[in-house]
Amino acid sequence: MSNVDHDDNHDDAAFAAGGGPRVLSVSVASPRVRTIQVVRPGPADASYLNATSKGLAVTLKHFARNFFLPLRSKESRAKAGAPVDEKWKNEIETVQYPEEKVTYPERFRGLHRLTLRDDGAVRCVACMCCPTVCPAHCITIVPEESDSKGVEKRPAIFEIDELRCIACGLCVEACPCDAIRMDTGEHAKPVEDRSDAIETLQTMMARGVKSIAKQGGAGPTWRETAPGKHPHDFNR
Amino acid sequence: MLSSLYEWLPSGWAVLDSTAVKWLFLVLILVMPLASLLTWAERRQSAMMQDRLGPNRANIGPVKLKGVLHFVADAIKMIFKEDFIPANVHKGLFALAPVLALAPVLVAFAIIPFGPTIFPHSFGSSLDTIALAQNAQDPAFTDSIRMQIFQIDFGLIFYFAVLTLANYGGTIAGWASYNKWALLGGLRSSSQMMSYEVAMGMSLIGAFVMAGSLEPGAIVASGASATFSPDHMMAASNPANWLWLWQPVGLVLFVTAAIAETKRAPFDIPEGEPEIIGYFVEYSGIRWGMFFLAEFIEIVFISAVITTIFFGGYQFPFLDPDGFRFGGEMMTVGVSHVHVGGWFTALPHGVVVLLQFVAFGAKVVLLSWFQLLVRWTLPRFRADQLMHLGWKLLLPLALANIMVTALIKLLFM
Ligand code: SF4
Ligand code: SF4
Repeated sequence: MSNVDHDDNHDDAAFAAGGGPRVLSVSVASPRVRTIQVVRPGPADASYLNATSKGLAVTLKHFARNFFLPLRSKESRAKAGAPVDEKWKNEIETVQYPEEKVTYPERFRGLHRLTLRDDGAVRCVACMCCPTVCPAHCITIVPEESDSKGVEKRPAIFEIDELRCIACGLCVEACPCDAIRMDTGEHAKPVEDRSDAIETLQTMMARGVKSIAKQGGAGPTWRETAPGKHPHDFNR
Repeated sequence: MLSSLYEWLPSGWAVLDSTAVKWLFLVLILVMPLASLLTWAERRQSAMMQDRLGPNRANIGPVKLKGVLHFVADAIKMIFKEDFIPANVHKGLFALAPVLALAPVLVAFAIIPFGPTIFPHSFGSSLDTIALAQNAQDPAFTDSIRMQIFQIDFGLIFYFAVLTLANYGGTIAGWASYNKWALLGGLRSSSQMMSYEVAMGMSLIGAFVMAGSLEPGAIVASGASATFSPDHMMAASNPANWLWLWQPVGLVLFVTAAIAETKRAPFDIPEGEPEIIGYFVEYSGIRWGMFFLAEFIEIVFISAVITTIFFGGYQFPFLDPDGFRFGGEMMTVGVSHVHVGGWFTALPHGVVVLLQFVAFGAKVVLLSWFQLLVRWTLPRFRADQLMHLGWKLLLPLALANIMVTALIKLLFM
């Protein structure tokens, strides 16, 4: 007997347990060769009438309910897939998009925003980490010297081609100073011209918020002061 | 107003009774819009069955009508799309195939009685049915409009003959497309339609036996009890006299075979979207639109045939040509039978005609709705299951139905 037979032996177990077709006789030389009884559908099933009428009843029920009962409320439909808890309402799940929106999960990656410093200047230091990591090569940064003290560089041009962006979020992960984020919850808007889909420094700063991250980091003692410190938390 | 119209018409009402005018009105103005509306209804209905909303956005300015205008948008889109003809196709046949798919269905509508015969002179008053039976040659009655384009004794045979031609549409499209998938689809289409035509014809023979006629107008006008003795005859408007009650097996068999003839799910093997796309895979724009429209016109046509044969056609329940009548008995006048007596409310002929038109329309719409329901409920058959169903189930059952019907008729009627 070959290895393949042994590998397939769980079939035999299933047969022995009563699953599968009824076994009439098993070959002694090769137990996998067996005579089985084939079960053909009875006349009621073979005519398809039973199953057809059952299926029609199901679809008819849905149709009647959705056709005659009023729409569910916006809020209830926005929770797509949630069971119908409103009485005498239909089961339609469709969210009529531009007028109604579903609430996105907190970590939904939307359009980019560039965060701001306390004085409203852009927080980005043009370190070029995000264009380097971006797998779609859609970030273009031209750095320039910054005139503010303590900040070496800043972007003169910061453009993201939203048509090429695959919304992977790697730029956000790569940024060492919380300067770029994708937490706007907005979609890339439909545009008529490809060039309109390019986000610029200005448009992304317009969406910007002040970052609460401490400028320059929390210093060498951050491990001691970090919240959630636990003796067994070795992954901090 | 009607009489002034009469004077204005060049040859009296005869011009309205001409084939061309009737075809224009009945097929182009009634059937085509209904078929186009079905393309929208199908999407809305399938959406409703699947807990979705369906297309509801197409609009002209603020007029939305729940998306009914989608079919207009579709038509505009298909007409203005590029008419693409792939290289190597047989140009003549490629152009001919959509016409061959569409034309036979439009022609077959000729045998359907869309409504009762209209007697314009009696429009304002209740129709004198006894006078009509006694003297049909009276000018008041000869001046009439028959709402059936082509009345001929072999009526339904004509339907089978013409619809067989629709078979060529799919097959030739598959052949001319120079595409193996299209060819496969064409082959499947011809094999399926050939198989089911047999069962379809056979399933109706029981109905012919019961009604004693092949002419759809006569089936509607007399119903199942046409060959009963005059004492046992029922009024044509009595739903118990319609053939659904007398030919239930024939009805189920015919509906099944007819849906298979329209090549829609669960019998959409020729199309087979996930595998071969079907015989029209190379078609685009309005040429494809013609196949699409032909499919929906076929739905309307099948509904009209089922209505005519099994559900009393344009008959409104308990509405005789002269008004509502419950009870009553059949009176023999010459060669015809007239329903008299009983509880009776007279109605003007115009109202009766209108109600009967509405009845026909409602029945056709309901049956079309039912076909869409079936199409969106059942999964596709496998090719072998299809052949098994057609040859080993429908055909023997149809033959048995003929035998039993004939025996019952011979022994009891
Ligand atoms: S989300 Fe990904 S693809 Fe988009 S800009 Fe950031 S790194 Fe590039
Ligand atoms: S990674 Fe952050 S700081 Fe560096 S260039 Fe990108 S946005 Fe600016």
